[in-house]
Amino acid sequence: MEQQTNKEVLRQVSIRNRQGLHARPVMQFVDLANRYPCEIQVRKGSLQVDGKSPMEMMLLEATQGTALTLVAVGPEAEPAVNALAGLVEGGFGEEM
Amino acid sequence: MLSKKGIPVSPGITFGQALVLDTEEFQIPRRRISAEQCEAEKLRIEEAFKQTLVEYRNLRESVAARMGEDTAAIFDFHIGVLSKDRIRHQVLEAIDVKHYTAPYAVSTVFREYQHRFQQMQDAYLSERIQDVYDMERRVLRQLVGQDRQAIERMVEPVIVVAHDLTPSQTAELEHSNKVIAIATDLGGRTSHTSIVARSWGVPAVVGLADITTGVSNGDMVVVDGTHGVVIANPDAETIQHYTIRREQLSRLVKDLQNLRELPAITLDGVRVQLFGNIEFPHEATACVDKGAEGIGLYRTEFLYLTGKSEPSEQEQFEAYKQVVERMGGRTVVIRTLDLGADKMPQERTSEPERNPFLGCRSIRYCLQNLAMFKRQLRAILRASVHGDVHVMFPLITTLLELRQAKMVLSEAREDLDELGIPYRKDIPIGIMVETPAAADGAVQFAREADFFSIGTNDLIQYMMAVDRSNERVAWLYSAAHPMILRKVRHVIRAADRTGIPVSLCGEMAGDPLYTILLLGLGLRRFSMAAGDVPEVKKIVRSVTMEHCKRVAQHTLQLENERNVLNYLRDETRKVLPEIV
Repeated sequence: MEQQTNKEVLRQVSIRNRQGLHARPVMQFVDLANRYPCEIQVRKGSLQVDGKSPMEMMLLEATQGTALTLVAVGPEAEPAVNALAGLVEGGFGEEM
Repeated sequence: MLSKKGIPVSPGITFGQALVLDTEEFQIPRRRISAEQCEAEKLRIEEAFKQTLVEYRNLRESVAARMGEDTAAIFDFHIGVLSKDRIRHQVLEAIDVKHYTAPYAVSTVFREYQHRFQQMQDAYLSERIQDVYDMERRVLRQLVGQDRQAIERMVEPVIVVAHDLTPSQTAELEHSNKVIAIATDLGGRTSHTSIVARSWGVPAVVGLADITTGVSNGDMVVVDGTHGVVIANPDAETIQHYTIRREQLSRLVKDLQNLRELPAITLDGVRVQLFGNIEFPHEATACVDKGAEGIGLYRTEFLYLTGKSEPSEQEQFEAYKQVVERMGGRTVVIRTLDLGADKMPQERTSEPERNPFLGCRSIRYCLQNLAMFKRQLRAILRASVHGDVHVMFPLITTLLELRQAKMVLSEAREDLDELGIPYRKDIPIGIMVETPAAADGAVQFAREADFFSIGTNDLIQYMMAVDRSNERVAWLYSAAHPMILRKVRHVIRAADRTGIPVSLCGEMAGDPLYTILLLGLGLRRFSMAAGDVPEVKKIVRSVTMEHCKRVAQHTLQLENERNVLNYLRDETRKVLPEIV
């Protein structure tokens, strides 16, 4: 069943919305991430933070145009990354 | 007795006991505990986080009920951090591993995050550090228990004295319903505290610099939000003075409330229009409440100053439409961007100008940033189908500028035509008359503009060559100089002769001292802060035009501004003694 559990699923995304990852998008991201059992990390350059932590995500300081890598490990990693990438690339439903 | 002058941001006089909101951080001793105590200490943490979370959820709920879901959403971050973040585990770990006390563990972990927020480059995102401070303070308050004098247990009405108020503090204060006035060290007319005070209708003075150091809990404090004065521990004479003033004011307020539905019409039947000046969309409601017949000046800078970057056409359109719809068919005059000099968005302060008030500001700035200007004009045009929208250009000095601005407006129209977006074809186009050049050229301008609005604030500054924020020369700044009054008369006459409407939207319009004079000079349209409408209306309804003309004639013969002020004060007092 869980043969792919330890495989890293990676996805490049970039921040589209004008205001960047401010409080509201951070909470959207974290809420979505928390629906999946896998571990989710977000990378910006050499910085890597816990995608389920609102505080860490704020500190990522991802302004408009920032390139991020989503990294998921564990069960449902693939759908988690798909859903999160969709959210980010959709600009969190905000002004782009 | 200690008397301080600040910025009056919400009118009225009140006195009562001070509640000084502590902004000082908790003093947390660096203490360690024994291994056996760890479990108990961890339970305290669980409880403190749980209670703080309850606080935020309640806050969120009450803010949502009053101010809507959008505003309430600012608390989602706090709630998310306290409920989902691993920050709680980090605190528990600090107790387990390092044997810190619960408060010390909390403060260590939160400080670490605060430190990281301070390192951030982006000004907008790093401002969330305020939320991290707020969370720390609240969790510590649960643990340490002090500072509980605070708001929930208040039984007596209080005057809140603070360094500055955060949104979460004001939300709590409002909940208590015990605040009768506000005085703060920081802030300006558009700061959070000021907006809140006005919406509660309590007197407030901000920008007092160091009022928190001069006032202690329980001190008797007078707040005069009309004149921007705060007095701590007043003597008997001062108390008596303000008691009388307050009674006069409250009688007047009752009186004025009855005026709302009545027209602004003189005793001999001359109809006058009283409009409101606004900055934020929500202020339109106050204008309607106070009986304004329209918006004579809708300042549009706020979107550019509060946001991080230039607002989109859609955002602007929505902000305009909101006001236009709220005014339900009444006139709304939208002034195009008046940025520059004292109003500059952070990111655009490239080269500091040597003489910003004479520099690239306002319409000049717009005409050099055409794409941005056109976006705004399109947004205004799009809003024009939702009501009676007029567009107005600020700081015009030459006919060429007016023609250029109109040309950009035509281009904006063509853009909309191409897209098939509807707009009002004959939208009236007016100018602010706020430079000596425009005032002198009023006759020429009147042929090419559909209306005038006299901006006395800038007109005085440019005519008297004085910066009113410079204390050493501010005394020169007064609307009462006979030269200023003659200039105002000239503009009114030029408009009358050409048959275009003219209004006056400087502070002078809302100062009841000038109402009789301005009526006598021929002004029929006034635009002012919503709160000033009732008093001015009261005066309009108490005078005859014949009387006003006589006053105006006499005033213009006076030699200097002091004589003018004394004379106008006497005349106004005869009509309405409690006002001045």
